[in-house]
Amino acid sequence: MSDVLLSVEGLTRRFDVSKPWLNRVIEREELQFLTATADVSFEIRKGETFALVGESGSGKSTIAKMIVGLLEPSDGMIRFDGKVMDFASGAAMRALRRRFQMIFQDPFASLNPRWRVGDIIAEPIRTFGLLRGAEIGREVGRLLDLVGLSANDAEKFPHEFSGGQRQRIAIARALSSKPEFIVCDEPTSALDVSVQAQILNLMRDLQDEFGLTYLLISHDLSVVRHMANRIGVLYLGRLVEVAEAKRLFVEPQHPYTRMLLDAVPDLALSGRRRTPVTGEIPNPINPPPGCAFHPRCPHVMDICRQKIPAPRSTATGTAACYLVSGQTENVAG
Amino acid sequence: MAAPLLSVRDLVVEFPTRRGVLRALDKVSFDIAEGEVLGMVGESGAGKSLTGAAIIGLLEPPGRIAGGEIWLRGERIDNFSPEKMRRIRGRRIGMVFQDPLTSLNPLYTVAQQLIETIRTHMEVSEKEARTRAVALLDRVGIPAAARRIDDYPHHFSGGMRQRVVIALALAAEPELVIADEPTTALDVSVQAQIIDVLKEICAERGASVMLITHDMGVIAETADRVAVLYAGRMAEIGPVRDVIQAAEHPYTIGLMGSIPTLTQTADRLTQIPGAMPRLNAIPRGCAFNPRCKDVYNRCLVERPELIAREGGRHVACWLYEPVKEAFNV
Repeated sequence: MSDVLLSVEGLTRRFDVSKPWLNRVIEREELQFLTATADVSFEIRKGETFALVGESGSGKSTIAKMIVGLLEPSDGMIRFDGKVMDFASGAAMRALRRRFQMIFQDPFASLNPRWRVGDIIAEPIRTFGLLRGAEIGREVGRLLDLVGLSANDAEKFPHEFSGGQRQRIAIARALSSKPEFIVCDEPTSALDVSVQAQILNLMRDLQDEFGLTYLLISHDLSVVRHMANRIGVLYLGRLVEVAEAKRLFVEPQHPYTRMLLDAVPDLALSGRRRTPVTGEIPNPINPPPGCAFHPRCPHVMDICRQKIPAPRSTATGTAACYLVSGQTENVAG
Repeated sequence: MAAPLLSVRDLVVEFPTRRGVLRALDKVSFDIAEGEVLGMVGESGAGKSLTGAAIIGLLEPPGRIAGGEIWLRGERIDNFSPEKMRRIRGRRIGMVFQDPLTSLNPLYTVAQQLIETIRTHMEVSEKEARTRAVALLDRVGIPAAARRIDDYPHHFSGGMRQRVVIALALAAEPELVIADEPTTALDVSVQAQIIDVLKEICAERGASVMLITHDMGVIAETADRVAVLYAGRMAEIGPVRDVIQAAEHPYTIGLMGSIPTLTQTADRLTQIPGAMPRLNAIPRGCAFNPRCKDVYNRCLVERPELIAREGGRHVACWLYEPVKEAFNV
């Protein structure tokens, strides 16, 4: 397909969480690995918002970091606009990096407190040599305007701003290198709801104006429902379901998705009957064999305990579950 | 209605600073009835947690109660000595805090902490306290409670730890439980479990709950009534269904509209412009006036008091003043 901007195939990342060498020798322990992300494949089309949801420890942020090049995958491939990302080549990565940016969760940690806002926003412009001299100042003013702050704010320091305003600064910085693709890792989870609404609306407006593509990472299903076109649901590092946003909430296919939707407190006071949620996410160092969800799954079968289910196509997208009757997909896309 | 269990009248909490006195809570009044769950919502800095801290006498100095009264079952408790207050905490008012890691002592086993709490407040033998403790842990849903009771807090997962904290809060069978953001640190699937446990166990023991949270969804599913705080003042208080489905205060209306839900289809969220004022810059008149779309000249000079509306709801907004309404009709 020509309109795919980013595709990810078999993305896997393991972390070495072993004890130090001496302890291992004395206690006769093996090396231990934590598989944060296992065999994740999806693609993001130009101009859409693709969301990844999951609870803590499901590997959302690890995927985000690998896509922007902050972490190297242990296995698998990331393709951006048809080009495979080559982590070994600094020059190639730099050329790609201008085209994507990231917005982080905590606007108190992601802005350098010793830099003026103008310098923070101008940094990508200077690094990539996009503009020079007085033009930089003008561009910074224009960006600040765009995100709802004033051009005079460039002289201030981050501590003079509230959380919501800081997140606007982070968005202005992300936009300054004129990227096509922005990875937003929990962009509003540190903010109050009324401020969250402002930021989400701003992100939408900017998307419409510049034709941006977003990868939105969040644990908040209602935020995801509001923003995304397509959604991927992660459980313990694996993608269990991918579906159109509108349909995922109406016809969830995977039992985990169903459970997650049932767990969300309901503002509509519909009094819907909900299946009580049971259990917690298992330890990712020793995930259960077979389908990682099987100990909590109400429909567990023998095969679930033995073999990891491959994604199958469903009416709404794909789901990795034996209950879903559909064609097994060999390669996503 | 019978006399309320807890009654807070015109509570004022102030923080003296070098640049003058900051008023963090300004004449907050509300009641909690026997067995009722009152939700307390507001954005950060609105004074939700402070209200809870003031009730249990755990205000961080230099914060102090500068006015108003707090009554617990007909007894005024805001002027109690620290020693007297210490005996009320835990015994008559239980507490559940946001972060279960910091509210449990990492150096003691769960059994030691539970037994200590039970024996501080009740005249029972060590053995009996232990039996009670195991029963409590079992009740809050900890599997194999009899064995796990001798584990340390770090042996438990976040959700399990919060269950332990709930068990601790209820150990001495308090009349009121103040739960301050009990599920904020937890994942959604665990949050639902914890809320269910808290709700059930309090209902079972007839304890009232003051549930402090910024999550409207949690309130909607749990509380009987909800109080909305803004800049240290009560904006609206009333039955959950009324407030959530037909908010009256412009701030509550904006707040409800700004929450994305799983069922709505609106393209844009309602947006309240600006942000909550800082404590040293609360505007004259109604604190919400700079952000309100229905503001008129009275709001700029005169502060609205809570005005009684139908169905036991109260709204602090001049739009609902009886005189003005009569004038409009």
